[in-house]
Amino acid sequence: MIRKPRIVRIVETRRETPTIKSLSFLDGEAAKAKPGQFLMVWIPEIDEIPMSISGTHPPRITVKKVGEATEALNRLEKGDRIGVKGPFGNGFTPTGQKVLVVGGGVGVAALLPLVELLAKKGKDVNVVIGAKTSEELLFVKEIGKLVGESNLITCTDDGSSGFKKTASDLAAEMIDENQYDQVYTCGPEKMMCKLFEAADKRNIPLQASLERYMKCGFGLCGSCCIGALLVCKDGPVLDSHNLREVFREFGKLRRGPSGGLEKIE
Amino acid sequence: MLASGILGISGSLLLRAANEGAGAVVTKSIGPEPREGYKNPCLVEVIENSYLNAMGLPNPGVNSFAKEVRIAKEGGVPVVVSVFGADPPQFAYVASEMEKAGADAVELNVSCPHAEVASIGQSCELVRETVREVRKAVRIPIFVKLNPNVTDIVEIAKEAERAGADVITAINTVRAMMIDINTCKPVLSNRIGGLSGEALRPIAVRCVYEIYEHVKIPIVAAGGVFHWSHAVEHILAGAKAVQIGSGLISGYQVFREIAAGIKKYLEERGYRSVQEIVGIAHGEG
Repeated sequence: MIRKPRIVRIVETRRETPTIKSLSFLDGEAAKAKPGQFLMVWIPEIDEIPMSISGTHPPRITVKKVGEATEALNRLEKGDRIGVKGPFGNGFTPTGQKVLVVGGGVGVAALLPLVELLAKKGKDVNVVIGAKTSEELLFVKEIGKLVGESNLITCTDDGSSGFKKTASDLAAEMIDENQYDQVYTCGPEKMMCKLFEAADKRNIPLQASLERYMKCGFGLCGSCCIGALLVCKDGPVLDSHNLREVFREFGKLRRGPSGGLEKIE
Repeated sequence: MLASGILGISGSLLLRAANEGAGAVVTKSIGPEPREGYKNPCLVEVIENSYLNAMGLPNPGVNSFAKEVRIAKEGGVPVVVSVFGADPPQFAYVASEMEKAGADAVELNVSCPHAEVASIGQSCELVRETVREVRKAVRIPIFVKLNPNVTDIVEIAKEAERAGADVITAINTVRAMMIDINTCKPVLSNRIGGLSGEALRPIAVRCVYEIYEHVKIPIVAAGGVFHWSHAVEHILAGAKAVQIGSGLISGYQVFREIAAGIKKYLEERGYRSVQEIVGIAHGEG
């Protein structure tokens, strides 16, 4: 696979929340992606950004408006064209029998294919989905269908749906009360960091999908580094061992476009 | 050696390259002020194992990079800081700050093919002035990385040597372009970039070969090294050391693989050191 953009046509779009939209397209390479892998998505004349793959049949990305490029993606409709490179990165390793999956905000997008795979393998899966408000909760219906509604808990910052607490606080309680043998997470890094500390205290392995500013997406430029690891190539999914190695930066610092370290808010 | 521009944005990545067997590491090019570089896309594979890039010299600036140099130094191998500036005094300023931070050498990037500093590497006069200014400012060795996008690279190399350079690094990328035929637009945000990887190797080998015949200072080759045989090719052309950039696509183990391959090549042919084969493609005398 040559790492240059393949131009694909959007075959379907779906508004998931007021700020999040899914775009589906046809692409043989992306259809083979493992859960947790990502694509470099090119919006001609605007930018190219890394995007988690939220489905493979057909391939799909799920985009929250946070900046120029993601806003442009949110404006696209059926028939519009984008470029995709990849899939890149390691993806999740589906291990464990009784597992907990914790997603915050648009981070749930990267977890949906994983939950699908875990459910298919017959694992005992509990899921926590968190968001700021009830209307921003992502893929609640889809995940409820996969794992059973009793195994899905939602929480919101404003209490408009489910528990009024953060996903990491709620999940930390669940970790204390249950015998999980694997935790998976994707969401705001501070949330993932708290969750990692809760899981690590009980020696439960965790896999977290991280995000960093990327230029190339395939391990040459170094822009996305955390410690001595490349989020694009060694990640985006880091396990507990990796996270201990980069704990000085995890949830605290990231590199901007110039390569300088900045604080994570 | 790890070539400039690849991975060398953080001390930890440079340290990892050193720990994985690089004999020396060259940083990303550092300038006087932080720069974000161009928008994406800025790196794309055009032909298998050949890459087109226009990063736009992103770097955190000389002040914040000092601590990265200190981290990289923990690897115990020489740390060469690649530097750039808009004019000779800026080159001298960044080089001197990097020397203070512990750099073992500086490599003057007078040849980025898609940023404003490219013009320096195309003029004998500017190369001379830049090398002289930096020579006055630092005691550590000066590498000058040359640009193949010139009529005669040998003239520039001779000028750099006369002005006091200690090493010639050959070569930087070749100006190149890719247009997407679906959108009918250039793929890189900067439109024009520099070509590296397999496609660059024959050009680099030719440049090393030509420069070797006309300068006495050591040449470090850069261009399309993925395999030990590619490194040997550069050494036979006249390089005393070889940098690996795009070749890192296969992972850090490439340093040890290449070093082991060269060693085996030398042993099989009864040579005792790399030194014995430097430039032997030029024949007797």
